[in-house]
Amino acid sequence: MNSSLRLRAAIVSIALLAAFLGIWHLATRSTAPVATMSPEYAKLMGLTATQGKSAMPGPLDVGAKLWEHLKRPFYDNGPNDKGLGIQLAYSIARVGTGYLLAVLVAIPLGFLIGMSPLLSRALDPFIQVLKPISPLAWMPLALYTIKDSSISAIFVIFICSIWPMLLNTVFGVASVRKEWINVARTLEVGTIRRAFTVILPAAAPTILTGMRISIGIAWLVIVAAEMLVGGTGIGYFVWNEWNNLSITNVIIAILLIGIVGMLLDQILARFSRLVTFPE
Amino acid sequence: MTDKFISIEGIAKRYPGRSGATTTIFENLWLSMARGEFACVIGHSGCGKTTVLNILAGLDAPSEGAVIVDGQAISGTSLDRAVIFQSHALLPWRTVLGNVAYAVSSKWRSWDRARVKAHAQTFIDLVGLTGSEHKRPSELSGGMKQRVGIARALSITPKMMLMDEPFSALDALTRGTLQDEVRRICLQTGQTAFMITHDVDEAIYLADKIFLMTNGPGAMLAEVVENPLPKDRGRTDLHRHPLYYALRNHIIDFLVTRSKTFVAERPDHDPRNVPTVQIGKPGLTIASDAKPESPREASWPGLSRPSTSS
Ligand SMILES: Nc1ncnc2c1ncn2[C@@H]1O[C@H](COP(=O)(O)OP(=O)(O)OP(=O)(O)O)[C@@H](O)[C@H]1O
Ligand SMILES: [Mg+2]
Repeated sequence: MNSSLRLRAAIVSIALLAAFLGIWHLATRSTAPVATMSPEYAKLMGLTATQGKSAMPGPLDVGAKLWEHLKRPFYDNGPNDKGLGIQLAYSIARVGTGYLLAVLVAIPLGFLIGMSPLLSRALDPFIQVLKPISPLAWMPLALYTIKDSSISAIFVIFICSIWPMLLNTVFGVASVRKEWINVARTLEVGTIRRAFTVILPAAAPTILTGMRISIGIAWLVIVAAEMLVGGTGIGYFVWNEWNNLSITNVIIAILLIGIVGMLLDQILARFSRLVTFPE
Repeated sequence: MTDKFISIEGIAKRYPGRSGATTTIFENLWLSMARGEFACVIGHSGCGKTTVLNILAGLDAPSEGAVIVDGQAISGTSLDRAVIFQSHALLPWRTVLGNVAYAVSSKWRSWDRARVKAHAQTFIDLVGLTGSEHKRPSELSGGMKQRVGIARALSITPKMMLMDEPFSALDALTRGTLQDEVRRICLQTGQTAFMITHDVDEAIYLADKIFLMTNGPGAMLAEVVENPLPKDRGRTDLHRHPLYYALRNHIIDFLVTRSKTFVAERPDHDPRNVPTVQIGKPGLTIASDAKPESPREASWPGLSRPSTSS
């Protein structure tokens, strides 16, 4: 029953993918050459005009190009020509650094705020104001103060991923069931031990949900941040290939951004499953 | 009075109400228990039973008054007073063994893992959960969860057990078994026990003393009913005891009518000196009112026998 559902879903997925690729192929294939055209003009316009080739690459072009990239993911021919693997590695490293820093700040801070009604009230207005600020709005300020584009990008990742984690940690810690806290209290468990043996496991699923939202946002933001700061990274690659008018590379980059984002999410989902407990 | 192991002295609990007023759940509440005694509290929902138990546990602080346990005023929770929660309150991310071991390692911090595990296992065996040590609470039935709660409370060898309707969520059969177990364990280990219940038969079976509370707000401890049934009573032949119905009717009468009218009927009720009702010994009833409690029991046809044993 369940496995047959999975099988049918897989079949439908593959069919949808095939239909999408088919339509894409048909929509971008070469049409009959345009008849009357001066040879100079035809030369100027390239294949687009002479063979009725669409400017939009077809799935076969993208596939061929992707294969090329996959064969040489880590080449480095100077600042504007690096392998996709290198570009992705830069982006992942920035996201990883900014995100880890955010984890290190958000979770302990969230614990403190969640356990202290005073801190919770005192810090609430700041959080409310800071949370809705688009992380990219921090960019000029970051560039001005930090003066290093790469660290500025990391800072932007840090600032965008901190809020979901912080708020979820606060919420998770503050809403630990009173009866579990009471169990610890009747056993005369000290504050530190209580934090690690009762509050942390009880709040872990909520905290992990926040971490999962954060990694998603961080990956969304890194592309935009790298487009702004330039130099390296998958966001810069997209922008650079757009300037080169290489739509094929742009499409490949889009595809890879999606896949990496999915993998990051899956990793967090795996962790999340480890800490959830059935009630 | 005899050795007062627990003495609740004039406690009150007030909550801030709307528009500055305060709601008094109860005030000037006095009660005491001797060591090794099993007491049940009966009263209508919302009268403040859980509040009293939480104050006794140290989970909640009284607005006024004090609780003296073993000669010392309590200030907060203690490993000497184990609580069996109504909602079992097991930690769902720990196994049965993990839950009991958590309590054991909290009491004896220097013990190594093996020792903690062995000690926890003894109590898991005691409540009949051998074989389920590695299950998580979500994999247990309601009765099994409640047993884990009992094992956890007993494992720290407390001086007293506080139980808040521990069996109310269970079916009659499981409830019976657990009542037997709790009674056996309490008699064996000489536990002092304080239990809240809504089940009159449960109170008659388990308790040496039954505290009757009037309806809230402004609830009072109306009477302390002494259980005239012999210590070696069995759960199944409880109702055959000649004083069973008198006792049961007295409690049910209280719940049905007198819990509402008590405050108005007895304006001279002294909360510091709550009357002790001894069913079957009308002469000994210490009531602040001259009128004895006996007419209620005498009206029962089955009670026409003269012998009032115990
Ligand atoms: N935090 C609170 N603020 C205001 N009133 C409260 C609060 N907690 C409890 N109360 C009130 O105190 C009263 C006693 O509550 P308690 O839980 O002790 O009742 P109970 O006798 O245990 O009832 P039940 O048999 O239903 O468990 C109730 O009327 C309740 O409304
Ligand atoms: Mg209650």
